[in-house]
Amino acid sequence: MTELPPQEAVRKRIAAVWHMESGKLVARLARMLRDVGRAEELAQDALVAALEDWPRSGVPENPAAWLMTTAKHRAVDELRRRRLHERKAAMLSCDVEPAGEGDDAERAVDEDIGDDLLRLMFVACHPVLSVDARVALTLRLLGGLGTPEIARAFLASEATIQQRIVRAKRTLAEARVPFELPRDDDRRARLSSVLEVVYLVFNEGYAATSGERWLKPELCDEALRLGRILAALAAQESEVHGLVALMEIQSSRHRARLGASGEPVLLLDQDRALWDPLLISRGLAALARAESLAAPLGPYALQAAIAACHARARTAAETDWTRIVALYDALAEIAPSPIVALNRAVAVAMAYGAAAALLIVDGLRSEAKLQNYHLLPSVRGDLLLKLGRQDEARAEFERAAQLTQNARERALLSRRAAECAPAGGRIN
Amino acid sequence: MKVMVLVKATKESESGVLPTPELLGAMTRFNEELIRAGVMLAGEGLKPSSAGRRVHFAGERRTVTDGPFAETKELVAGFWLWQVRSVEEAVEWVKRCPNPMLSDSDIEIRPLYGPEDFAELMTPELQALGEDQRRRLEPNA
Repeated sequence: MTELPPQEAVRKRIAAVWHMESGKLVARLARMLRDVGRAEELAQDALVAALEDWPRSGVPENPAAWLMTTAKHRAVDELRRRRLHERKAAMLSCDVEPAGEGDDAERAVDEDIGDDLLRLMFVACHPVLSVDARVALTLRLLGGLGTPEIARAFLASEATIQQRIVRAKRTLAEARVPFELPRDDDRRARLSSVLEVVYLVFNEGYAATSGERWLKPELCDEALRLGRILAALAAQESEVHGLVALMEIQSSRHRARLGASGEPVLLLDQDRALWDPLLISRGLAALARAESLAAPLGPYALQAAIAACHARARTAAETDWTRIVALYDALAEIAPSPIVALNRAVAVAMAYGAAAALLIVDGLRSEAKLQNYHLLPSVRGDLLLKLGRQDEARAEFERAAQLTQNARERALLSRRAAECAPAGGRIN
Repeated sequence: MKVMVLVKATKESESGVLPTPELLGAMTRFNEELIRAGVMLAGEGLKPSSAGRRVHFAGERRTVTDGPFAETKELVAGFWLWQVRSVEEAVEWVKRCPNPMLSDSDIEIRPLYGPEDFAELMTPELQALGEDQRRRLEPNA
């Protein structure tokens, strides 16, 4: 291997240490300053200091500790300035009780960093922010990703992302969102917001089949990393393990999801030899933890349990469809949606036959949410074809082809429509 | 990216000397840190090569040799599989690891091949052949 020029090597080391430490730095400073936006700015200052100092005087023996010490010095300075300012203000208004948060904050410094990281996740995913803002802020504060990286990942301009982050920090400050762990009922809703953001990041990477492809698997990795961290920080939460299980099992199919010429391969057609057994076993272990912590299971654990049914089947024919239907029943009960109902119908077709499934799908045709959803006519066409109703099937495939936004999918659906033989075809 | 991190053997590890309780504690704490950072995918310690076997390939011949094997420093005494963002990150993590051995030792970092590394080699014909082979291996196909 060729040796990197020394400056380049130092720069790469700084980037690596920054990615590893930035979340902890911001979390600790946010605890001291009670201001996530300011904490991030001061952590960035510490990074700038490293970029100036390390190439000149060498990388310190313990780079993580150097960054933390530098950042904390800046936070302490900030607190002193704040107290001075408050004292002056207090003297002017004859208020004798200046806030003493600084001492408190400095004492907090040696405590476990884990809770601060968890607090930071809750704040970055606070419901006062738009979902887009939560995603951008989480990647910035906990992933240590720069604006250009986030912009590339979401096919947005850097200016848009920068503005989104600035506005999000301002919103948090204006709403005086406290830097604390939510409790009781609030905790459940807030945790589900955190999980939603992590899963959104994952799906942004998982759904990508074109565009800036090289960065997209990294988004999946980043979401998995955040999920795994969360699983260690909030180890008692069943749904955290459920989400991790879901992401591990979905990631295990990564290599099998694209065909030789880049076309998507459907789950049941995938070559299971390409599934990653390490990720499957990690996913199944996470699912077992989720199951041991909750009864009944939450929506992520249920989706993971469905994914696990596929992961356990060595061939598509061995899939336990009866169990999948039962899991969809449970999912439809706690998180009802027309999409879940449609997926359930597909499982019913596999377990109990096309006629039973067609009854369910026909019931969904009036759902407003599914009016322009191409998978409804696509699934219906499939069922009609299995029942030998060729003409109706062709009409459904044609309709699905019109509705899809995806060119490859449109081609596939048009082909299926054309393949529907005239009446009197096979019945199975 | 995934990396395999190989803990190289030493005279002590090859003679089956177990780590001290202090070292075991330090390694447990390090592993805990790896898990909390979402880095650790898997990791195990290996028994000395005296418990191992080696199969030599020469043309059609396969020759099995019992351990122990001589070249101690080339042997592996343990491994991790990590998910990291760069080799540099893996190096930083390894530097934080306590010396896993009782004497001076080495840890080696080796990035894994991903599917993208084979993209040019895998012609559609080769891929179809591979799939066909796998299908024939499936008991229920």
